[in-house]
Amino acid sequence: MNIGKILEYMMANTRTLKRVAYAVLALTVVIDFFIERHHHVFFWDDIPGFSAVYGFISCVLIVVISKALGHFWLERSEEYYND
Amino acid sequence: MIEWLHPSVFLIFGAFLIPFFRGRVQQIYVVLLPVLALVTVMLMSPGVHGAVKFLGFELIFGRADKLSLAFAYVFSIAALIGAIYAMHVKDVTQHIAAFVYAGSSLGVTFAGDLLTLFVFWELMAFASVWLIWARRVKASIEAGYRYLLVHAVGGVVLLAGIVILSVTTGSISFDKLQGHGVASYLILIGFMLNAAVPPLHAWLTDAYPEATVTGAVFLSAFTTKTAVYALIRGYPGTEILIWLGTIMALYGVVFAVLANDIRRLLGYHIISQVGYMVAAVGMGTALAINGAVAHAFTHILYKGLLFMGAGAVIQMTGRSKLSELGGIYRYMPVTFVLYMIGGFSISAFPLFSGFVSKSMEVSAAADLHLTWIWLLLSLASAGTFLHTGLKLPYFTFLGDDCGARPTEPPRNMLVAMGIAAFLCIFIGVYPDWLYNMLPEKAEYHAYTATHVVWALQILLFTGLGFFMLVKHLGGSPMISLDTDWFYRKGAALFMQFVYRVVVPIEDWFIQVYRSVFRGNLVMGIKGLWLDKHVIDGAVNAIAAVVVRWAGVLRQVQTGQLQQYALVMVGSLLILSLYSLF
Repeated sequence: MNIGKILEYMMANTRTLKRVAYAVLALTVVIDFFIERHHHVFFWDDIPGFSAVYGFISCVLIVVISKALGHFWLERSEEYYND
Repeated sequence: MIEWLHPSVFLIFGAFLIPFFRGRVQQIYVVLLPVLALVTVMLMSPGVHGAVKFLGFELIFGRADKLSLAFAYVFSIAALIGAIYAMHVKDVTQHIAAFVYAGSSLGVTFAGDLLTLFVFWELMAFASVWLIWARRVKASIEAGYRYLLVHAVGGVVLLAGIVILSVTTGSISFDKLQGHGVASYLILIGFMLNAAVPPLHAWLTDAYPEATVTGAVFLSAFTTKTAVYALIRGYPGTEILIWLGTIMALYGVVFAVLANDIRRLLGYHIISQVGYMVAAVGMGTALAINGAVAHAFTHILYKGLLFMGAGAVIQMTGRSKLSELGGIYRYMPVTFVLYMIGGFSISAFPLFSGFVSKSMEVSAAADLHLTWIWLLLSLASAGTFLHTGLKLPYFTFLGDDCGARPTEPPRNMLVAMGIAAFLCIFIGVYPDWLYNMLPEKAEYHAYTATHVVWALQILLFTGLGFFMLVKHLGGSPMISLDTDWFYRKGAALFMQFVYRVVVPIEDWFIQVYRSVFRGNLVMGIKGLWLDKHVIDGAVNAIAAVVVRWAGVLRQVQTGQLQQYALVMVGSLLILSLYSLF
C-alpha cells in the first residue's frame, strides 16, 4: 500500500472524514456518562463531558489571547531587528 | 582491566578522529560512536566510579544511579538517532560539535560534583554553538554569538554560585542544593537559564531556528534536558518552580500561536514542555519526580522526531515559514506520517509516549490538590495539540498548495525518524519499559478509563476549535518580540539614552563648572592653573592608567580565558581517563 495514495484518498473525501470526526467527538462524551470514577479530587471529576468543554474553551482562549497580545504588542515586521 | 568506562570518552575523544576517515567508512564510524556510548551506558553498573583528587577537590566523573542512568540512556539514544539523521552530512565540524556536545551532556549527567558538572556544562555551550554557526549565513552567525553570550553569562552565574557554596560549606558535591542562601539561588539561576525558564529563555527560540537542519535535532535534545536533570538532582520540591514551570508551559503556548518559522514554533513548545518538567520538580513528590524523568525521556524522542520532520521539510523545500509552505503532503507523505506520530506523542494521545509520561505530572498536581496548576497545565496541553499536532502540520503539509515540489528526504533521515517514531509508539503501548527505569518508587497506571476519556475529550475538542478557527490561524510573515529584545534592541536604546540624556546633562555641568571657576577673574587664574595642572593632569593620568589596564585586561580576557577553559577541560578529561585504570 502506498501511503501517499491513502492520504490523497482521505483528502479527497473530507466530507466523510468530517462525519467520522463528529461521530468520534460525540462518542467520547457519551462514553463519559458510563465510565466508573474511582478518583475524586476536583468537583468537576464527576461531571461527564467536562474536559470536552474545557478543551474547547482552552483552544479558543489560547488563540484569542495570543492573537490579541501579538496584534497589540508583540508582532513586528520581519526586518525589525535588521534595521 | 578497566572496571569503569565513561561513555563520553567515545563521543568526545572519538569525535576528533572523524576527519581521518572518508566516505562510507566515516559514515559508519559516525554511527558507531554513539552505539558504543549507548552500549557502555546499558552495561554500566550502579555505583560511584571515577573519583579523582584534584587540587584538594574530590571530583566524581561517574555517579551512576537510576536517575543518572535514565537520562544517560535517553541521551545516548538521542545521539544515535541524531547521528543516523546526520550521516549524509559532509561537514566534519558539525559531527565533531554534535558529539562533543552529546558527550558533554553525558558528562553532566554522571558528574557527582559541581566542578565536573560546570566544566561539562560550559563545554556543552561551546560545542553546541558550532551547530548554529555551521549554517554559515549571517543570521545564524549573529544568533550563535547571542546564544554564546547568554550561556557565558549563565555560566558565570553558575560558577559564582559554586565558588560561594564551596567557600561557605566546604563541599562541592552535587546533591540537594537548597538552603545555602545566595549560593543556592545563583546555581538555581544558572540551571534555570539552561532549562529556558522565562525570562531567561530567549536564547533557545532565537538560536535553534537558525541552526543547521541536523544540528537543531541535537540542540533540541540536550541542553534543556540536562538542566531538568540538574534541577531534579539539586532542587526537588522547591515550591517556586511549580509556578515558574506552569508559567513556562503557558508562555511557550502563547508564543507558538504567533510563530511563523516552523522550528521557532517547535522551540516555543520545548519551553512549554520543559515547563511541565520544571513544575513537577517543584512538586517534588515521588510521582512528580518520576513524571519529570519520564517526560524528559519521551520528550527527547518525540521532540527530536518533530525537529527531524521540520528539518526534512526545510532541507527539501528550502522554506521554513508557515506562510510560505502548504500542500506538500503529496510529495513527502512518509515524512508527514512520521511527523504526525511525533505530533500525537507530544500532544499526549493515548497509545503514544506523551500520554504515559505527561499525565504522571498532571496526576501529581491533582494528588497535591493544586487546582490552578492542574487547570493551567491542562489548558497548556490543549495548546500543545493545537500547534504541534494541528497548526504546524496543517499549514506545512496540508492547506493551500505553496507550489513547492519536494521529494522525500535521504533514506538515512527517514530511518532516523522511523526509529524515533517506533520508540514513541513502543513506549505509548508498553509504558512499563519506561516505568522500570524511573528513579522513585511510585505506583502509577496511565491507562485508566477516566484518564483516557479525559485526554481524548480535551484533545479532540481542541481539534474542533482548531477547525472552526482555522482561517485565523495561518502563519503571517511577522516576528514577535521576546525577551531577547533587551540585548538586541535594548542595548541600542540605552546608547541613545546616553547620547540624548546623559551627554546633555554632562554638558550642562561643564557649563556650570566653567562659570564658577572662570567667572571670577582672580579665582579664574588660579582656577585655570588648578584646572590645567591638577584636575586635567589627574584626569589624564587616571584615563591613561585605565586605558592601559583596559588593554592589558582585554588581552587577558580574549587570550587567556579560552586557554584557561581549554586547559581546564583538557586536564579534566585526562584526569577522567586516568581514573579509568
